[in-house]
Amino acid sequence: MTITDSAAVQSSDQPLLGLLSGFIIELRNAGLPVSLTENLDAMEAVTHIPIQDREAFKYALGATLVKNHSHWRAFEVVFEVYFSLRGPEYEIVDASGDPSDDDDATMPGEGQAQGGGGGGGGMSALTPEQLAEMLFRALMNGDDAMLRALARQAVMRFAGMEPGRPVGGTYYLYRTLRNLELDEMLDRLMEAAQADAPAQLTQLEERLERDEFSDRLDRLKMEIEAEIRRRLVADRGVEAMARTLRKPLPEDVDFMHASREEMANLKKAIYPLTRKLAVRLARKRRHGRKGALDFRNTMRHSLSYGGVPAEPKFKFPRPAKPEIMVVADISGSVAAFARFTLHLVYALSSQFSKVRSFVFIDGLDEVTGFFEGVEDIGQAVHRVNMEADVVWVDGHSDYGHAFGVFWERFGKDVGPKTTVLILGDARNNYHASQSWILKELQHRSRKVFWLNPEPKAYWDTGDSIVGEYGTWCDGVHEVRNLRQLEGFVENLI
Amino acid sequence: MTEQTPRFSDLDSVRSSLADVNYLADDGIAGVVYLADRLGKPVLVEGPAGTGKTQLAKSVAEMAGARLIRLQCYEGLDESKALYEWNYKKQLLRIQTEGDGADWSEVEDDLFSEEFLLTRPLLEAIRSEDPVVLLIDEVDRVEVETEALLLEILSDYQVSIPELGTVEARQIPLVFLTSNGTRELSEALKRRCLYLYIDYPDLEREREIVSMKVPGVDENLADQVARIVRSIRQLDLKKNPSVSETLDWARTLVLLGIEQIDAKTATDTANVLLKYRTDIEKVVKEFADNPVELTGSAS
Repeated sequence: MTITDSAAVQSSDQPLLGLLSGFIIELRNAGLPVSLTENLDAMEAVTHIPIQDREAFKYALGATLVKNHSHWRAFEVVFEVYFSLRGPEYEIVDASGDPSDDDDATMPGEGQAQGGGGGGGGMSALTPEQLAEMLFRALMNGDDAMLRALARQAVMRFAGMEPGRPVGGTYYLYRTLRNLELDEMLDRLMEAAQADAPAQLTQLEERLERDEFSDRLDRLKMEIEAEIRRRLVADRGVEAMARTLRKPLPEDVDFMHASREEMANLKKAIYPLTRKLAVRLARKRRHGRKGALDFRNTMRHSLSYGGVPAEPKFKFPRPAKPEIMVVADISGSVAAFARFTLHLVYALSSQFSKVRSFVFIDGLDEVTGFFEGVEDIGQAVHRVNMEADVVWVDGHSDYGHAFGVFWERFGKDVGPKTTVLILGDARNNYHASQSWILKELQHRSRKVFWLNPEPKAYWDTGDSIVGEYGTWCDGVHEVRNLRQLEGFVENLI
Repeated sequence: MTEQTPRFSDLDSVRSSLADVNYLADDGIAGVVYLADRLGKPVLVEGPAGTGKTQLAKSVAEMAGARLIRLQCYEGLDESKALYEWNYKKQLLRIQTEGDGADWSEVEDDLFSEEFLLTRPLLEAIRSEDPVVLLIDEVDRVEVETEALLLEILSDYQVSIPELGTVEARQIPLVFLTSNGTRELSEALKRRCLYLYIDYPDLEREREIVSMKVPGVDENLADQVARIVRSIRQLDLKKNPSVSETLDWARTLVLLGIEQIDAKTATDTANVLLKYRTDIEKVVKEFADNPVELTGSAS
């Protein structure tokens, strides 16, 4: 299925439409909700925007298919894979002067897998030191075209890509970046900037320079990533690549296995999420069902109709705001999950009448004070990490002891209006479980819920005793990602 | 649905016309506007506050030579304020002026005619003879249930009035809906629109915008402003500075006659750019040469 030149596209749209259908199926597989109407809109849209105008084409498809901005990154990745054409803007005028790339409209098939035909022919003669020097100069000057050429060269040399090898793109990326030694590059750039400046750089100026260089380095990394992707697509074909490169949406990323980048995306996603959730919950509270007839109110309103009760008034049942106690395990990989849940709970604190929070590993400590009256929840969560007194013996999870401390110090504060949320994977390191405490808690409180960020398949394996604890809970929920967390919180209220 | 000739001949003319009316747009924006015209679909513009969403609609109206009809959405918005309302007072008067011997069916026909119909923005937009751009501003402020009254007009460009019948559009307006993203809009609404997300501009674009919109600012100052704002946006703030706040800050600096921005100037004027105390404190901490000295004078 090849796309030939533009004239052919206009006259016979079949290949393009075929590619577009595959593209949309892949988007759905990645989790984007593309409906039939949107599918048809996209097909109509591409008849108006020529595929050559790549930016406009991408945005035209985005406008019809992506209706939620957090899905944009996933869309971009799939777009890069499906429509990774070599446009004229990728042609580098290099020393030998030959237009090395294939003409824009052909899918990168022939010649690219073998380390890129004549691409950057002049550059492959450079030594690694010369290459590093050119890179340094390109970064100093912000020369985009040069950076792109250097990215291509770096991938050719360092990634070690072989046709048909079943290895993911991240491996090649890691290899390339490691060989380029970008951290040292940043230091060198900062030194050079300092040397060039007439006087000592103030903190502000230094900050601005650093941000500028970081930005350029990021662009370089993105270009390298794109180059690797293009070559992989050429090697393995579009469908296979799309599956491998599929990036999960932020709300589907597992807390326990998130990479640093995904974690950063999650942090960004959590604030708008809490706002939307708060609005939804407040509305639920307001538009409750009508209750019994409010006699006094009806009679009062009947006065304006001359004593005739023309307008009956009803009482609205006002569900009481629950009191929440969050008891969170902050050891190891579960820590991220605990942080996000605390963040969410405090962001929604207006939906609860009282929130108290406790964290533990083998010792337990109350951290409500860190959140009280604080505007910046992220900051408070950070303080929890740093300052909470949760290590008793050796810093390995001991649920039994932690619950013991909780019961002793705070058990009396648990009342019939309290909902207790316990967050953790219940991996107790074979200590005593003390599950009688949960039994007592369940008797005293309104409800006890256990939230486990581990996949259900791993429950009760090894030292996980979530089954035993679960018998005394009103519900044990698997909360692996933001979507499940949101669902749980919505049902809670 | 009435067929109509497209307003814009090709994509490039959209780009250049937008530039002519001083709206600096990415290629993506021009593409979506062109597509909206060709497909006859409304455009849903989402993004953080102050990034030029409403301005886009105004600029498109200006460059297409069309009249701008604006519906500002708020929480209590209902049909009578958005679509149409019957002029009850006039109808009552009409009934009273009619003598006893009048035939009721005649009066009835007369009462529910166009004469007694008060047209609100949405209805006015589709009934207009001259070209129109309809701006439905801040649609995320209305309740989800109220969105339903927009659905018919956005998909079929017609309004059903029970007593009068269906009023169809004489010409298809260009419709823009803006949203600040405070809540999820309903699937039904999103399905009927093309989606455009306008984010904070990148460095070059912001510099151009400052140069264009702020009189008396030179290249160097615009560049500094753009760089500093970019660095500020990378911090974890409660509310990032928007484009309009950047422009206000640039104007302030021009008024104060500042040519080179140093840490002290930046922290002193930070309250033009940032509107939360915690944000200002964070910026002071990050950028001040001597934080101890400056927290005394910064607000």
